[in-house]
Amino acid sequence: MLLIHCPYCEEERPEIEFRNAGEAHIARPSDIASISDADFEKFFFIRDNTKGLVYERWRHVHGCARFFNAVRDSVSDKFVMTYKAGEPKPKKLPGAGK
Amino acid sequence: MAKAAVKKPASAPATALVECRPALAGREASGSNVKVSVLPPAERISLRAPEASVAALSRALGVTLPQKPKTSASKNGRTVLWLGPDEWFVIDEAGGNPLDDCTNAKALHSAVGVSHRNVAFAVSGAGAQATVSAGCPQDLSLDAFPVGACSRTVLGKSEILLYRPAADAFRVECWRSFSDYVFTFLTEAARDAAA
Repeated sequence: MLLIHCPYCEEERPEIEFRNAGEAHIARPSDIASISDADFEKFFFIRDNTKGLVYERWRHVHGCARFFNAVRDSVSDKFVMTYKAGEPKPKKLPGAGK
Repeated sequence: MAKAAVKKPASAPATALVECRPALAGREASGSNVKVSVLPPAERISLRAPEASVAALSRALGVTLPQKPKTSASKNGRTVLWLGPDEWFVIDEAGGNPLDDCTNAKALHSAVGVSHRNVAFAVSGAGAQATVSAGCPQDLSLDAFPVGACSRTVLGKSEILLYRPAADAFRVECWRSFSDYVFTFLTEAARDAAA
């Protein structure tokens, strides 16, 4: 079974305690009523769906129930790292080349 | 609602309109080295509070709220389980009313009575760990899940709260509507653990 490190529980937990919650670092427009339909579409529906490293929100739904962010390889399913919600995108990933 | 739950049957009026009937009351199953039993009703609250309120709530409840993940605290029949960074689950088996105690704390918090939402099972005996492990994906060895550890997790297809009061005992809490499934699951697992 895949183990995922929860930054709030501070340990690795089995994957079935978790749930994916889509792409991370998508800021909701502060005044959503004033944006154009095209901008709303971009914010609401359009996702990168990259092959390789992806930044995602995950939720430890059957554990501490908190949302957090994870860097995952969408090809190998390997979790590179996880970090708490609200923290900025990590500049340097563990194991990445210098 | 939670206040009504505290009333003992003796103090209830002779013509009670509402009868509190705990799910699966008194049921029991055992293998050769493990026993699964339904625990009597208890008072329970779901508590959410920021860090600044922890000290005041600990004083009001009479138990220090644990701050470290997967830990619990227990005192005078009252057990507080850490569920998340700002979330605790309080179980009172001594007839106290933690919901009322929380109202004495002036610090910001949210306490919700969930006494009747949950049904608790005790799994005890040498085969207790094997029994729970039949459906729980977490590492339940004493190194990873020591005495006093607690966690929200899954058992089979149901979400449970797992608490380990002793090395060979577990308390399994689940939602009332899942209790039939969880009890049957533990019963089957107890049979396997004995084999």
